[in-house]
Amino acid sequence: MSQEPFVAALRAAFPQDRLLLTPAALAPYESDALTAYQSRPIAVVIPETQNEVIAAVKACHKFSVPFVARGSATSLSGGSLPNKDGIVIALNRLNHILKLDPQQRIAVVEAGVINIDITKAAAPHGLLFAPDPSSQTICTIGGNVAFNSGGAHCLKYGMTSNHVLGLKVVLPDGEVVQLGGESLDNVGADMTAMFVGSEGLFGIALEITVRLLPKPEMYRTVLAAYRSLEAAGDAVSSVIASGLLPGALEIMDNLSIQAAEAAVKPGYPLDAAALLIVELEGEQSQVEAEWLRLKGVIDASQPYQVKVAQNEDERLKIWKGRKSAFSAVGRLSPDYIVQDGVVPRSKLGEALREIERLSAKYNIRVANVFHAGDGNLHPLIMYNGREEGAYERAEALASEIIDLCIKLGGSITGEHGVGMEKRQYLPRMFNAAGMDAMWHLRVTVDPKQIANRGKVFLDTEAPALRLSGMHPLEKAGVISRE
Amino acid sequence: MTMISPDIQHLQEVVRSSAQVTTRGAGTKSAPQRTSATTLQMAGLSGVIEYQPTEFVITAWAGTPVREVIQMLDERGQYLPFDPLLVQRGATLGGTIAANACGPERYRYGGVRDFFIGTRFIDGSGELLQGGGKVVKNAAGFDYPKLMAGSMGRMGVLVDATFKVFPKPEMYATLVVQCATLQDALVLLPKLTNCPYDLNALEIVSLATGFEVQVRVGGLAGGLPARMDRVRALCGSGEIISGDDEAALWDAARELIWAGDLPVVRVPITPSRMAELDAGLAKLQRRYSAGGNTAWIVANDTPAIDATLRNLKLQGLTMLNARAGDPRLGIWQTNPFAERVKRALDPLNKF
Repeated sequence: MSQEPFVAALRAAFPQDRLLLTPAALAPYESDALTAYQSRPIAVVIPETQNEVIAAVKACHKFSVPFVARGSATSLSGGSLPNKDGIVIALNRLNHILKLDPQQRIAVVEAGVINIDITKAAAPHGLLFAPDPSSQTICTIGGNVAFNSGGAHCLKYGMTSNHVLGLKVVLPDGEVVQLGGESLDNVGADMTAMFVGSEGLFGIALEITVRLLPKPEMYRTVLAAYRSLEAAGDAVSSVIASGLLPGALEIMDNLSIQAAEAAVKPGYPLDAAALLIVELEGEQSQVEAEWLRLKGVIDASQPYQVKVAQNEDERLKIWKGRKSAFSAVGRLSPDYIVQDGVVPRSKLGEALREIERLSAKYNIRVANVFHAGDGNLHPLIMYNGREEGAYERAEALASEIIDLCIKLGGSITGEHGVGMEKRQYLPRMFNAAGMDAMWHLRVTVDPKQIANRGKVFLDTEAPALRLSGMHPLEKAGVISRE
Repeated sequence: MTMISPDIQHLQEVVRSSAQVTTRGAGTKSAPQRTSATTLQMAGLSGVIEYQPTEFVITAWAGTPVREVIQMLDERGQYLPFDPLLVQRGATLGGTIAANACGPERYRYGGVRDFFIGTRFIDGSGELLQGGGKVVKNAAGFDYPKLMAGSMGRMGVLVDATFKVFPKPEMYATLVVQCATLQDALVLLPKLTNCPYDLNALEIVSLATGFEVQVRVGGLAGGLPARMDRVRALCGSGEIISGDDEAALWDAARELIWAGDLPVVRVPITPSRMAELDAGLAKLQRRYSAGGNTAWIVANDTPAIDATLRNLKLQGLTMLNARAGDPRLGIWQTNPFAERVKRALDPLNKF
């Protein structure tokens, strides 16, 4: 099909400088944070208003051209990878906070607003936006909504979907609908929550109503160093068994500690086999009482070193190390695959032992950083894409880890989504009837399958695999993988 | 026609062979009536399937009484933080999900949708489908469980349900503040919702004259007295209650005992619209739950409430003791997304 009539429709809706068509202009949009894949779209449009987004979607629908909505392209599952016969709708300029109502503790924001900017806007009122993916300084709320992003505080506060009350959405045929509202309560089937995490397959969120939480009065962040990963894992089980509900429970292994220390110098003990980060948060007297209990639990778990952040600077330093761990691992290896499978918390030890065994079997280094509180693993499988067969071996190892997560009763993805990366694995979690039903739902919402075509479900479209290289922003240290 | 449902395959067959299907648990709440529908009695599908306290996860059949689940959790010091309603009256898990029936403590950590993480359900074609899973964090596949919260049985027949659970607060205390008018209560409300104190419940309850603000705080026993003093200082006055009296206050709220045999209407609302709604409810018994996010109204004359809600473009649902007819009140708007989701899951409109 000639693209001319379609491109003409785009020209009618967008000025020249916001309609990218030349190879040089399109190049930065070929990949997202899953750099193994690249695909050049026929055009990129850069809307500045919601109406321009709607116009772009309508043009796509009219000419049956697939579109991919894109924020900062931090998707680790390839969720914003373009279609070679489609367009990218870049939402970064839809970055207005339309309403911030501290009394009702809500904000209404456009899709391109950066995650942390919501918290920044809410901070003067003593409020925050709870979901905090590691890429929060750059990722957009639209992407968070599409992929139901997580972060370090999900055990206690849930994922993005737990914080979205309402959505204004443009459906794949250009219809605009309002889902949910401003109330915490909801009667009738929860369509807002159904949209969140649908990975762009149901359309594009234009406006998002989020709930804000009061900023905790106090944090107590503890770093405990262990001689073995297993000891750190056991400590997590003991913390949970003690009846505490920490805001965050994270573990890093030695490779990640080394990488983080080299990258941002958080002051981690370099000789630790495993590092446990526990964060209590809440009212002062409650946190003090919890700390008494936590201290007993941690002491009993026999760490060889315990450090408590004495002030906000020290706390942020601990978190900076943790949140930079993924991009820091980039220093250890030219390429790596990062996964985010989930196992039941009690199976963490077993999962880590098995990953260690697989690492030895494939002779591939695997660094582990994980949200221990919710069993969310993040193995970083290192390879050199320039080596013949290295990517395939790394992927074979990744595939075994995914199978392991399923076997242990977990999930193939905790927060990154299925996207491109885990399409072949989804049918291992859902039976044929389940896959059919999801596919049927997808095509009922989007009969032409133009919204983020090729994601979640396996199809015939196979974009070029690029076996080496970091995301340009990642290389620059602007974004990180979690 | 009424059928007892002994097994899943049988449930699937009934769905396949019936033109219309409604689902009934313990019948504690009002539900849409469909005269020609086959009623699936879910009470037979009862019992806890799996409970691992260290995972913060429990799975049970949809017809399980919530009471049973709560007892089992309580033995291990855990609870359902969304605070299910009508527990003592025998409410089931499935009905609780379908009605999105959350109690006062949903204020702290969230409602049904925030804790309902996995399910197997039967869609309108009779297929048994899986949504979510049994781990507390999961982003694989469409989020059917959340869709089901509040769906009133219209998206499928829930077969089982997995919930995320939390450690239960060791101790509770409640501050009760008398307010002469709603305006006085509304002055306190933002102070409380925006303070950095961790409040478990925040209710405004109508009295014979005036209103009462009830603030529930839970946590470790050691820190609680100091926390209560601060809440009282913030409010400027109030009585702190604890122990059995305190527990009884919230049990009564949760069981909707205060409503008697009259219809109870639930209205999702925001604090900013409370005064406007309340102006049309003079003399009726009412409470504003979850920091002003849910209005509960006791009203014999539900058509009058319906008119009020329509006027204000609000949505309501008669949760209890509905008179004959549709329990839905006020404005219920549909949209193409909701229609398509419904059509995909229930193409023949059986539910």
